[in-house]
Amino acid sequence: MDLHDAQVQLTGWLHEAATAFHKVPGSAVLIRYIRSSYQNDPVRSALELILVVFFIRYLLAPSYSTSKQNFIKLTEDEIDELVDDWQPEPLVSPQTALEEAEAEKLPILVGPTGPKSKLANGRTVTNLASYNFFNLNANEQIKEKAIQTLRTYGVGPCGPPQFYGTQDVHMKTEADIAKFLGTEGCIVYAQAFSTISSVIPAFCKRGDIIVADRAVNYSIRRGLEVSRSNIKWYNHGDLDDLERVMRKVVQEQAKKKLTRRFIVTEALFEMTGDCNDLPRLVDLKEKYKFRIILDETWSFGVLGRSGRGLTEAQNVDPTQVDMIVGSLAGPLCAGGGFCAGPHDVVEHQRLSAASFTFSAALPAMLAMTASESLNVLQSNPEILLQLRENIRLLRAQLDPRSDWVICTSAPENPVMILVLKADVVNARRLTNEDQERLLQECVEESLANGVLITRLKGWPITANTGLKDGNFSVPPALKVCVTSGLSKKDVEKAGTTIRHAITKVMTKKTNNKLGLPSA
Amino acid sequence: MPQSEAKAERRPSRSGGSRLAQLFSSSPKSKDTLTAQQALQAMHNQQQGIAPPTAPLPTISLSTATAGDVNSDELTTMLFQPPSADEARKRRRVEAQFGPLLSPRHLYVSAHRGGPLEAPVEDEPPYYFVLTTYISYLILIFCGHARDFFGKRFGNKKHYDSLKESNGYAPLNDDFDNFYVRRLKMRIDDCFARPTTGVPGRFITLIDRKSEDFNRSYKFTGTFTETLNMSSYNYLGFAQSEGPCADAVEECVRKYGLTSCSPRADSGTSDLALEVEREIAQFVGKPAAMVFSMGFVTNAGSFPALVSKGCLIISDELNHASIRIGARLSGAVIRSFKHNNMADLEKILREAIAQGQPRTHRPWRKILIAVEGLYSMEGTMVDLPGVIALKNKYKCSLYVDEAHSIGALGPRGRGVCDYFGVDPAEVEILMGTLTKSFGANGGYIAADKHIIDKLKSTNAATLLGEAPAPSVLMQISASLRIISGDLAPGQGEERLQRIAFNSRYLRLGLKRLGFIVAGHDDSPIIPIMLYHPAKISAFSHEMLKRKISVVVVGYPATPLISSRARFCVSSAHNKDDMDRLLAACDEVGDILQIKYSTGMAGGAEPLPAGVSPEMEKEWRRANGLEGIIKPPRWRLEDVIAAGEADAKKTLR
Ligand SMILES: Cc1ncc(COP(=O)(O)O)c(C=O)c1O
Repeated sequence: MDLHDAQVQLTGWLHEAATAFHKVPGSAVLIRYIRSSYQNDPVRSALELILVVFFIRYLLAPSYSTSKQNFIKLTEDEIDELVDDWQPEPLVSPQTALEEAEAEKLPILVGPTGPKSKLANGRTVTNLASYNFFNLNANEQIKEKAIQTLRTYGVGPCGPPQFYGTQDVHMKTEADIAKFLGTEGCIVYAQAFSTISSVIPAFCKRGDIIVADRAVNYSIRRGLEVSRSNIKWYNHGDLDDLERVMRKVVQEQAKKKLTRRFIVTEALFEMTGDCNDLPRLVDLKEKYKFRIILDETWSFGVLGRSGRGLTEAQNVDPTQVDMIVGSLAGPLCAGGGFCAGPHDVVEHQRLSAASFTFSAALPAMLAMTASESLNVLQSNPEILLQLRENIRLLRAQLDPRSDWVICTSAPENPVMILVLKADVVNARRLTNEDQERLLQECVEESLANGVLITRLKGWPITANTGLKDGNFSVPPALKVCVTSGLSKKDVEKAGTTIRHAITKVMTKKTNNKLGLPSA
Repeated sequence: MPQSEAKAERRPSRSGGSRLAQLFSSSPKSKDTLTAQQALQAMHNQQQGIAPPTAPLPTISLSTATAGDVNSDELTTMLFQPPSADEARKRRRVEAQFGPLLSPRHLYVSAHRGGPLEAPVEDEPPYYFVLTTYISYLILIFCGHARDFFGKRFGNKKHYDSLKESNGYAPLNDDFDNFYVRRLKMRIDDCFARPTTGVPGRFITLIDRKSEDFNRSYKFTGTFTETLNMSSYNYLGFAQSEGPCADAVEECVRKYGLTSCSPRADSGTSDLALEVEREIAQFVGKPAAMVFSMGFVTNAGSFPALVSKGCLIISDELNHASIRIGARLSGAVIRSFKHNNMADLEKILREAIAQGQPRTHRPWRKILIAVEGLYSMEGTMVDLPGVIALKNKYKCSLYVDEAHSIGALGPRGRGVCDYFGVDPAEVEILMGTLTKSFGANGGYIAADKHIIDKLKSTNAATLLGEAPAPSVLMQISASLRIISGDLAPGQGEERLQRIAFNSRYLRLGLKRLGFIVAGHDDSPIIPIMLYHPAKISAFSHEMLKRKISVVVVGYPATPLISSRARFCVSSAHNKDDMDRLLAACDEVGDILQIKYSTGMAGGAEPLPAGVSPEMEKEWRRANGLEGIIKPPRWRLEDVIAAGEADAKKTLR
């Protein structure tokens, strides 16, 4: 009765469904296909049916279930409970004692930065903590040019270079730098610090190979990290090791598709101050077919007869270096960074270097300042000589004479990196933290005697573990920056002050006790 | 700073032209470099001749005061002192940077009018246009491949060199990766990176260029075009080479020189930098702030300083590249949620907290939500009240990138918090850039003091990156003081209310003309949809013909189909400029057939007399008009006639 009715109803529906299905164009083909395959091979039909069901299930499944194999299904109440229980850490941890001490003692300049700078506490000190190597910051001719530019262009270009932010001043600065260096082209970025971090990933992609010096600076490391390339390391400054790594890369890759290969290194190293051997690098590069990305941030405007950098200092044709990255914010006293190289290399970056494409262009007045500084530098090569003389004088006061520190910088590097001598560190069993603390005391002692110096900030590199095998522990060091703006007497006096400050700190009773077996 | 205020009164009045000519004069190399000097000289010569297309003339127009008209001439002399040619030129120059306000009625206060933030209605074009857009791309891709195929075999080998292995080096560019740039972007390359000169203010001067090899290279024609600037992020009109800001900056350069030449942590911290940080903190309503020399790096460096492994960043899918790079560098896990979609955000939050870290299921150490205040390609504002409610409920921290919203939104210009009337203390990290509204460069982070103190010790961009230049800091400081009324009182308020009015007026006008306009009503970023790839360059060219520079964007900056043009409204514009733009859009819209709107997103015909917007629903029901939406295609005259009053009401 009831059951019977239901059956009749069901057959009716089925019949209707079947006729409806027959009306769909193409249904006959499908039916014929299923029929014939069933007669021939029932197993196959079953298999196909399972596949269809699986396919539909797959289509309907929420999209995340594939990526989370160990997803635990929870009820809403359970989630609420978990949310209630969850206690996040505070957004930032408290400052460490060293950080606090350092922040408290951070020198605050009042007025312009110069060889003699006035501090907020009213004292005027000798400033050996700034990259103002040629004291171009005080140059009236440059200031005048900058003001003219201000009165024509305003300050900010109010837009990224791709969207009406490219001004004729930028094009002029780019052309000036390219001409100065002797490359085909040049591209100007709005900040030096982030330039190479964007240049590297613009060219190095997943699957490419980069061989880098272990001691490369923080900006390079960030670039390497973003690039997602395959990164190999060689020991700092050891070009034999570089050759070994390169040879190995070439062997490993011999059978594979040719990938881009790069050497990434610095001309003058920010963290150790020493100088690279460019002719040898170029030999190796040509032998093993690598491209070189050379960070000249600390050497552009400094090395060479007229300040063209490492290429000039070591007589290498700049066109043999694929990409030269440098800073306009250091000794040139302007702002921004640049990458110089062949036309293709430069144009490629305009579209694919993140900090160029997605950031506003450099203020016109700073671009103009960079051009004008180059101009001043070119027409007054004697200030380079003056700087080198001051480097020699200051170094003579520090390196051979001090019992406690040695200078790891190259002789022509105005940034002197002073590290504690190995025997001092060993004898007193100083940890890195102890050294940082001692050096911070040296900085303070020196400032108390009227000379502003600073500590090398290696912490971001030491703490960064984003790069596999690339960890590098920057040795704690003092950083002393020479300037041509000081007289011979001032330089020598400053050198003596620093040396005495170091000695005083190192021989203080409390510091001596720190290491048990006193030296 | 009182000196700069005093300076404002004795603003120097040297003429602009001669300064232009001096600019490159002592440079020894300028003749090799794009002949910049000649170019500028040419502009200088030309500038005397051209008048801005619709720059409002001085009260007494020089051209109407003819020599024969003795009476009126005398009258003028007595009452107004006819401006000398020099003064007129100077005035013209000032007004080309910042247009005069035409009527006090053209002001509006930007603020959220209560209630939850509704997502803007997304209008869609007829299917015909969607389909043809896809077909256009297919054709482009097909042609591109065909040209590659023949080009590589028979064409100029040099064009393909960088794609091929040569001399044992792998190609610098991937053939595949480069395809888009080579075959699609190259066709419309002349719409991008147009070189400019002078101040990017109300008008912007383009250096004309042409290409004879299909945009592979350009030649300068030696001429210049002064165009209405709808492209710069000059929201509050601080791109100026005259006025209190520029005066303060000039004085600053004389006093401080050009650079601080050192990272903040070495010797780059000056009294000026600390002062600016104090002013920014006070402006945005946070206890402390820190400045950086680049906005991009502010993001790219701050995420790693805030979060690390074991933390989670939940980021809006449309966040800026700098946020994405910063998030990636931080080592934290990144999830993204649908643009401005609070339901999706909540779903992700619940799931994340419940599931904990991947694999280990350990609880997250911290969760940071990253959003932007105003999205630069969409013109949408973040649903700040919504995000804050979720963040409080789920105990996360919030990072708001106010790159475009600071200065541009809110009754006092203090960004999204101000706009929504939210206490800034509710947002842990307020980031912003100084590149846009303030006409300077760089970025800032504002937060609680202990956060800033820690970040100052740990943020690599502070420890190793260059400190902002003094001149840039002074520009920030001066513009902040103008906005808050400490310098040139009244000017700041006017700027804030002008941009709010202009934005609404233009948006309403475009909707009424029949364009599909994206974004929220109060946003000064106004994108209109173009869809077809061919219309990207056509629109840009047509606008350029009418002396208006606009930004056009297509894939990959937007989804494939939704190419658009974007107008950035500024306080430097006045109603005449908006009308000029509307007129141009009206013409171009007809030529290019881009009036796609169906009316669902606004622009409706006015209601009959006696029917108020609140009664609209009822009136529609009574007249059987429910659900019937007429595509708006107003006549230009009507748009302009009704716009001024309607822009200040609820937009419909
Ligand atoms: C949301 C957002 N954040 C950050 C930036 C970068 O700012 P800047 O141009 O100052 O580097 C931009 C610039 O376009 C942006 O839109």
